Amino acid sequence: MFKFWKKDRAPEKTPAADAASETSENVVEILPREVMQSPSLSVPADHAEVDAAIAPDSVAVEKVDGSEIDNPGKRSWRERLSGSALSRSLGSLFARKPKLDETLLDDLETALLTADVGVSATELLLENLRQRMRKREFADADGLLAALRESLLAMLAPIAVPLRIPTDIKPFVVLVVGVNGVGKTTTIGKLARRHQQEGRQVLLAAGDTFRAAAVEQLKAWGMRNQVAVISQGSGADSASVIFDALQAATSRNVDLLIADTAGRLHTQSGLMDELSKIKRVLAKLDPAAPHEVLLVIDGTTGQNAVNQVRQFSLAAGVTGLVVTKLDGTAKGGVVFALATEFALPIRYVGLGEGLDDLREFDPGAFVTGLLPANLGAE
Amino acid sequence: MFESLSQRLSGTIERLRGRARLTEENIRESLRDVRIALLEADVALPVVQALIQRVKVRAVGQDVLKSLTPGQALVKVVRDELTAVMGSVNTDLNLNCPAPAVVLMAGLQGAGKTTTVAKLARFLRERKKKKVMVVSCDVYRPAAIEQLQTLAQQVEVLFFPSTGEQDPVAIAHAAIDAARKQYVDVLLIDTAGRLAIDAAMMAEIKALHAAVNPIETLFVVDAMTGQDAANTAKAFSEALPLTGVILTKTDGDARGGAALSVRYITGRPIKFIGSGEKPDALEPFHPDRLAQRILGMGDVLSLVEQVEQNVDKEKAQKLAEKIVKGKRFDMNDMRDQLQQMLSMGGLASLMDKLPGVSNLPDQVKSRINDKEVHRMIAVINSMTKKERRHPDLLNGSRKVRVAKGSGMQPQDVNKLLKQYQQMEKMMSKLSSGGIKGLMRQMKGAMGGGGAGGNFMQR
Repeated sequence: MFKFWKKDRAPEKTPAADAASETSENVVEILPREVMQSPSLSVPADHAEVDAAIAPDSVAVEKVDGSEIDNPGKRSWRERLSGSALSRSLGSLFARKPKLDETLLDDLETALLTADVGVSATELLLENLRQRMRKREFADADGLLAALRESLLAMLAPIAVPLRIPTDIKPFVVLVVGVNGVGKTTTIGKLARRHQQEGRQVLLAAGDTFRAAAVEQLKAWGMRNQVAVISQGSGADSASVIFDALQAATSRNVDLLIADTAGRLHTQSGLMDELSKIKRVLAKLDPAAPHEVLLVIDGTTGQNAVNQVRQFSLAAGVTGLVVTKLDGTAKGGVVFALATEFALPIRYVGLGEGLDDLREFDPGAFVTGLLPANLGAE
Repeated sequence: MFESLSQRLSGTIERLRGRARLTEENIRESLRDVRIALLEADVALPVVQALIQRVKVRAVGQDVLKSLTPGQALVKVVRDELTAVMGSVNTDLNLNCPAPAVVLMAGLQGAGKTTTVAKLARFLRERKKKKVMVVSCDVYRPAAIEQLQTLAQQVEVLFFPSTGEQDPVAIAHAAIDAARKQYVDVLLIDTAGRLAIDAAMMAEIKALHAAVNPIETLFVVDAMTGQDAANTAKAFSEALPLTGVILTKTDGDARGGAALSVRYITGRPIKFIGSGEKPDALEPFHPDRLAQRILGMGDVLSLVEQVEQNVDKEKAQKLAEKIVKGKRFDMNDMRDQLQQMLSMGGLASLMDKLPGVSNLPDQVKSRINDKEVHRMIAVINSMTKKERRHPDLLNGSRKVRVAKGSGMQPQDVNKLLKQYQQMEKMMSKLSSGGIKGLMRQMKGAMGGGGAGGNFMQR
């Protein structure tokens, strides 16, 4: 993760970013980490304090004006995720070349819990490691780390099923749902662009008729992508807008219809019923619609994400997840909790505010980003 | 939202039964449970560790009072520590400066800043009788400015127009000038959501803060945030001199660990909580009352305040006079009562604040909603004026007609009539025995192992 920071400094930067990353604070923070990465030096064991001090990561200097960032060397998953709390604390943990004992497992538990992995998923992982440790399966701490990596991968592998749009279904209807402020509309903007670039004709439905200016926000995304948006203005019935949009999509012969909905907390049963209504109404035109119900989850959400998935699944029959805002300091460890509880595939992850920052979920890269294989060996 | 935390806490200490004194050994297991309970409630790990340490120091060696079980003694210590972290009294907004008082909002994307600006504007206008102006410095997110404009119209406050091409600092300066010219008391500045690790954006809000010199800098945070609440709060409080926190989306079922984390890390008081989508769903935050809510004792004080604010005083006065004069409580009065209940945020919001409700199973709680109340009002609306004044008129065929008119079954009409009779009985007692009679009656009803008593017995 450190190499990237150096690489990033070489090319020209905006003056504002430069000023920010040059602050003495940053330089001081970086030093102890460099020391820790070199195995020849002994380091004071107080890794927790160092962790806490590393807050501003200079990696994420990025203009967020929404215009496309056509940066040829797109930052990879690993680069984006490697600054995460989990990877940082594990990095400092293993750099100490610890003994294989209960203390190590406790530290691992702490690291996993801090990343929002959740108590039950963490216990599952650790119990497995503990048993194998007792059987003396691991030669050293690195062996244990490799095993942890494997178990994490094994948890995510079954849910890494990308969204494939069959050519014989036309229009393919995607309904996007989620609680307030998770980034539904932004995700739709990015999704539209992605599928347009893959050569599909896309239509958007402004089903968020509740929040002020939500329709305008979706229209702004539509303008940027030159995608048509079907809307009825705010206050209209959401199901009716989406119904209209499906009719329009059929008559215009588009490939993909993406429908926005208003954010709603999963505890409000009346609003959740509205989602069921949207589904019922769509089924009148096309019994198979919506073909995909995407639940958008904020990557900074804690264990409440589990309740969100449960309630939205009940009301709207969620078929896939999108995890957003993974470019911050939170790394969406709750994904593991979701993987153990539900078998819902993660279709996409959001890694930034640019139009191209929506990626397909790749568990290998996700785990590598959180837990590099050569961690501690550098 | 904090209920599951208290449920878990009270559930895990059963095994401490029968010990006379809390020692390091016999509380170790329980403390581990407390730790897991806090982590599951999304309290950030550093905060959990600090809390556990403090609980341990205070709990070890404590004699268990006769009135408490050892488990309860430990819960008491945990509660005291939680209260200590949350602070004890509500901290109001500080607007004590030459007008316009500038309030700056900051937070991550999707935390609810714009909605909160509108709610706060309404709160200041209605309850504090201030002249309020709002301005958006979010030049990034599409339609963010339009969103604030629409909301400003809804809550009837001044809106200072800005566009996406302007510089946030320039917008803020222009807004302050305009606010001064129009003798505005409070100017609320909305900003774009930003990540704490986004150096350029953090530099921007620092510059904005320096330029407008706000009297209040409020950090808006989503109650559903996980462990990251600690990192984000730390980064924001280092970049900006925060003066307070607003916790949003507390009407969900998140366990509210973020509230503890943010309070602990920033050391700043939580001043308001957002509790719904409507513009009036913003409440001053009372940490002491909250601590009681955690333990299932209810937030009766907030309830009383809510009732005072929303009850139509004129109608209440009329009803009181009518009852005192010995006139009958009729269907019209009952409808007024039901409507007032709805105007107070509905049953769910009222129930949430009552003692003992947290111990009800979730399935029961989810069934409590306002549908029933709406239906009752519909039934009353389907009666003739004469029937409403004289409910005794309702015979079989009238009941069938009323049921048809309101889309209900005759048995629903009967149910309503039964409830009406109970209320009427109570009201007639009120008129004969006066207020005292009613109080005596209520005391009798609550003393017999009411919900509040349940917790103490455990």
